[in-house]
Amino acid sequence: MTAIQGFAAFRRRVLPRESTLTAGIVILSAWLLVALFCPWLAPYDPIAQDPSATLLPPNPAHPFGSDNFGRDILSRVMWGARIDLQICLIGVAFPFLLGTVIGAVSGYVGGVVDTLLMRLIDIVLAFPFLVLMLAIIAILGPGLGSFYIAMAMVGWVSYARLVRSQVLTLKHRDFVLAARSLGYSHGRILFFHLLPNALTSSLVFAMSDCVLVLLSGASVSYLGLGVQPPVAEWGVMVAEGQSFITTAWWITTFPGLAIVVLAMGFSFLADGLGDKWGARP
Amino acid sequence: MTLLQVSNLTIEDRLGTALVDGVTLSVDRGEILGLVGESGSGKTLACRAMMRLLPGDGLAIRGGEIRLNGADVLAYDDKRMMAVRGREIGMIFQNPASHLNPVMTIGKQIAEGRRWHFGASRREARQQAIELLRQVGIPDPARRVDNYPHEFSGGMRQRAMIAVALACEPKLLIADEPTTALDVTVQMQVLHLLRDLRDRLGLAVILITHDLGVVAQTCDRIAVMYAGRLCETGGKRQVLGAPRHPYTRGLIECQPSSDGGVGRMVTIQGQPPLAQRFPAGCRFHPRCGRATTECTSIQPEMRVDPGTDNHAAACHHAVSVTNRGMVHGQ
Repeated sequence: MTAIQGFAAFRRRVLPRESTLTAGIVILSAWLLVALFCPWLAPYDPIAQDPSATLLPPNPAHPFGSDNFGRDILSRVMWGARIDLQICLIGVAFPFLLGTVIGAVSGYVGGVVDTLLMRLIDIVLAFPFLVLMLAIIAILGPGLGSFYIAMAMVGWVSYARLVRSQVLTLKHRDFVLAARSLGYSHGRILFFHLLPNALTSSLVFAMSDCVLVLLSGASVSYLGLGVQPPVAEWGVMVAEGQSFITTAWWITTFPGLAIVVLAMGFSFLADGLGDKWGARP
Repeated sequence: MTLLQVSNLTIEDRLGTALVDGVTLSVDRGEILGLVGESGSGKTLACRAMMRLLPGDGLAIRGGEIRLNGADVLAYDDKRMMAVRGREIGMIFQNPASHLNPVMTIGKQIAEGRRWHFGASRREARQQAIELLRQVGIPDPARRVDNYPHEFSGGMRQRAMIAVALACEPKLLIADEPTTALDVTVQMQVLHLLRDLRDRLGLAVILITHDLGVVAQTCDRIAVMYAGRLCETGGKRQVLGAPRHPYTRGLIECQPSSDGGVGRMVTIQGQPPLAQRFPAGCRFHPRCGRATTECTSIQPEMRVDPGTDNHAAACHHAVSVTNRGMVHGQ
């Protein structure tokens, strides 16, 4: 994380405010377009092997080179965008929903419920993030489904804490009293009056969390517990290429760069939205 | 006909201090009752108790009765209380900027009451919201209905908040210092609006204020509170024209006159007491020019002046129709 934080600090000094948002939107829409149109954009089939074209360095026919099975790296990076964007969105959506509901209820109800849920969060946080993820995936068996479940079980805590702290300060605001004086139920007040006010900072956090999810998705796939070969996924590609790192650098470098650029896109978006909405993740 | 009857209402904090002590009030249909007193005199607390929405967790209603249309509100469970809030008793507040939800359009906030209490459809509720905005005097309501609170001016927000409360068609509106945050011309408009609503809808209003000018213009009856106790109740003309309690008299004398006046402004000496250090006997006695030893030990009861129509005061030396000249001569 320190590298990302250092980069964020560098970026904050160099780029003007609004341009971060623009940069984020441009990068993400570019990846989205690639993901949507990769069947037409990609020059080759991402899993088609070509024994006559193995380990080719970048050249006009294979701009990113080819791997040890003769698969085109550019095509695999493009198809990989589909899987990796999906990992980001689903991997963030589940923890976001779960954490928001738990945090909102915890902050609003307070008392014993709040204490119990907060201790549960402490327990989850007591384990290193990746270790807990790997343990859950190991129990459920490798695959993307297990990854999403593990992500939801581990990732909700940050959202729960964030939303809880927002709800705690918001629930004593005057408009809540006004809503009570109109006879609305607690559920209605919490989910229709408080949450829309509390969501800003956790939405911003969700954007920067995409980076974390992307990296853990890639790490888990790298360890062979996420996306299984021969599917083109950037983490898998880095893992497959590492034994050739000294002789064929392009196999690991281009998917690695793709991860960095997509992560930058989410990071820019989070930063830009944070400035725009006045919330810092 | 009595709409709300509050008898002997007592609210205590965690330490057992009576912040509201034995308050008895009643409001009739179509009547505007002015509840007057300094900050911290328990006006707001008494009214919040009527909705069973006391702030904080240490405060509790320790005694008394609140009857709405004859039914004991204090015996209601949460579900029945929810049907009372908004639908029977509405409330508007001093600071409309913070009492409106900043991320919801004005129209949605008005429509929500229609949908929640009357099951109106989205489209019906929106039409009714526009109609309500028109009723409270918002120009171009069809366009304004989609504005957010921050796009409204202070006076318009207060009107919008009144519209939100009116959407639930309450019988009684508790207005907690509705004009304090507004400038004088807008104050007048909002007070006119409240009177107009009373005339058109038969709405009963409890107007909490510390501004006697507001009371004089708007109310039918007045209740004066000091340090959690009621000191004087009666018709507007009775209380303002012939105050019986020394505190009420002091409040009236404090009002700056419009012709500028001569010399220093008259004030009531001293400070209102802190809740933890309420004096024994009459709570006003340390600041009262007419206090005697009796006042320092015995708490005065509310007593109706026999020569008047329900003009009551809680003072051992209350001025009455018969002894008025005598006290003035003191």
